[in-house]
Amino acid sequence: MPRKVIVLGEARDGALRNVSFEGIAAAQKISEGGEVIAVLIGETVSGLAQELFHYGADQVVAVEDKQLAQYTPDGFSQAILAVINQEKPDAIVFGHTAAGKDLAPKVASKLGAGLVSDVIEIETEGENVVFTRPIYSGKAFEKKLSIAGTIFATIRPNNITPLPKDASRTGEVTKLSVEIKDLRTIVKEVAKKAVQGVDLSEAKVIVAGGRGVKSEDGFKPLQELADVLGGAVGASRGACDAEYCDYSLQIGQTGKVVTPDLYIACGISGAIQHLAGMSNSKIVVAINKDPEANIFKVADYGIVGDLFEVVPMLVEEIKSLKVNA
Amino acid sequence: MNIFVLLKRTFDTEEKIVISNGSIVEDGAEFIINPYDEYAVEEAIQIRDSQGGEVTVVSVGGEEAEKQLRTALAMGADKAVLINIEDDIENGDQFTTSKILAEFLQGKEADLILAGNVAIDGGSGQVGPRVADLLDIPYITTITNITVDGTSVKIVRDVEGDSETIEAALPLLVTAQQGLNEPRYPSLPGIMKAKKKPLEELELDDLDLDEDDVEAKTKTIEIFLPPKKEAGKVLEGELDVQVKELVSLLHSEAKVI
Repeated sequence: MPRKVIVLGEARDGALRNVSFEGIAAAQKISEGGEVIAVLIGETVSGLAQELFHYGADQVVAVEDKQLAQYTPDGFSQAILAVINQEKPDAIVFGHTAAGKDLAPKVASKLGAGLVSDVIEIETEGENVVFTRPIYSGKAFEKKLSIAGTIFATIRPNNITPLPKDASRTGEVTKLSVEIKDLRTIVKEVAKKAVQGVDLSEAKVIVAGGRGVKSEDGFKPLQELADVLGGAVGASRGACDAEYCDYSLQIGQTGKVVTPDLYIACGISGAIQHLAGMSNSKIVVAINKDPEANIFKVADYGIVGDLFEVVPMLVEEIKSLKVNA
Repeated sequence: MNIFVLLKRTFDTEEKIVISNGSIVEDGAEFIINPYDEYAVEEAIQIRDSQGGEVTVVSVGGEEAEKQLRTALAMGADKAVLINIEDDIENGDQFTTSKILAEFLQGKEADLILAGNVAIDGGSGQVGPRVADLLDIPYITTITNITVDGTSVKIVRDVEGDSETIEAALPLLVTAQQGLNEPRYPSLPGIMKAKKKPLEELELDDLDLDEDDVEAKTKTIEIFLPPKKEAGKVLEGELDVQVKELVSLLHSEAKVI
């Protein structure tokens, strides 16, 4: 059944996030030959439209306003609802990102619709769109359908493959003017806390430290390893509770659930709560002094040894691999 | 201040998940207050202690959730309300729960509503924002700090590692992120007192709701466990040899670097 699908494109620091392209791929699957309309919301965002066409959008609608310079639930919901009211889509896709998570429930509520959050896979079966999503932080999964009203899902970054980029696909961006008013929450300041550019939930490679890292300084070699791999640093609850790092790095049942291509666990014992947050990573490497550590049970490759010896050696070895490549 | 906390009873994080006949086995499992809701309870108590007022904890669920509500009362909440939907609703979703909570909160003149930013079981993170929308009040999710001064509120929220400072006014709904506080353990006197604190039980009828009004918009058709991960290869030999082998395996076998 061909469907009209709206997908929210998300920009950060002036560039589109990868999840926007993953969202277009998700929307295209749901559309079953219908139409994919990508939406951009911000102060000046229409310049990003061509890239959305390249990745498969059939149409791009931009809502631009000074009051949309920062994400707020009131501002962004007014903008997206105006597009939804105009286009009357059969389905809506957002990224399961900070903004997507915050905005989608409000929009769903306004539409009186259901919402399937944090989707990792989409299939179409007959008349139905079937969404797969983790529950219990990845200890189990469920398949879910919308049974009334607009189909609405948020997709977890890094799980749905974008369509191949086709630079010959271009189009005209449609600007929709919306009166943005009565913002009830005002963003006064944004402090960049993350040590590096790559966000944990979108990182293809994560180097995570546990209690074995022993101190805040102990994270430095992990950061170097993450840097050579173009990845991000994460941590177990143990490391966060011991104040070696910020809670925003925590991976596990409380904290973030991540599914990178490569997860390197350094000095992490592998408590069940931590495993819930990372064991669906494609490849897991464990580095731990204790050969009995639980983490080895979910690791594809393990090295029994001191992370402070192993990690710097890994950094050098990967550097030389990159030089030779 | 009139403060409400939305609380969910969830599986203990230590629990393994077992599926039988297509659903998750609950027999013998330990249950707790959803950890993110626990931060909400703690923050509510702290705000009440500094500003005065009353904290009411509310849960939508079955009879068993009384235990978690009592725990919140033992921590220091003043009143609890259990909206027992056991007999009325078989398959609810976030739409269902939000609609029930909003109907309950309507007319209660809440100044501040706190909830967890996500429950560790369903993991959707929808109920807080949905309830705020239904009550037509603003919301701020994943907060790590809150300062209330009269009717103005200053919040710090976690946005994928960055912190945003936000200003808003009461009434307001916020959802708690880890790092907001360190929840207290109930004290023995607290536990004794909790037994005498009011715990009201309501059903859909008491809220003038029919099953039709709250009928789920989504449906779960299958629950399954992830494929069991085989333990992999623990490398051997001198450390430098192991490191070389690892990099070569990651490069040529796993193709991830």
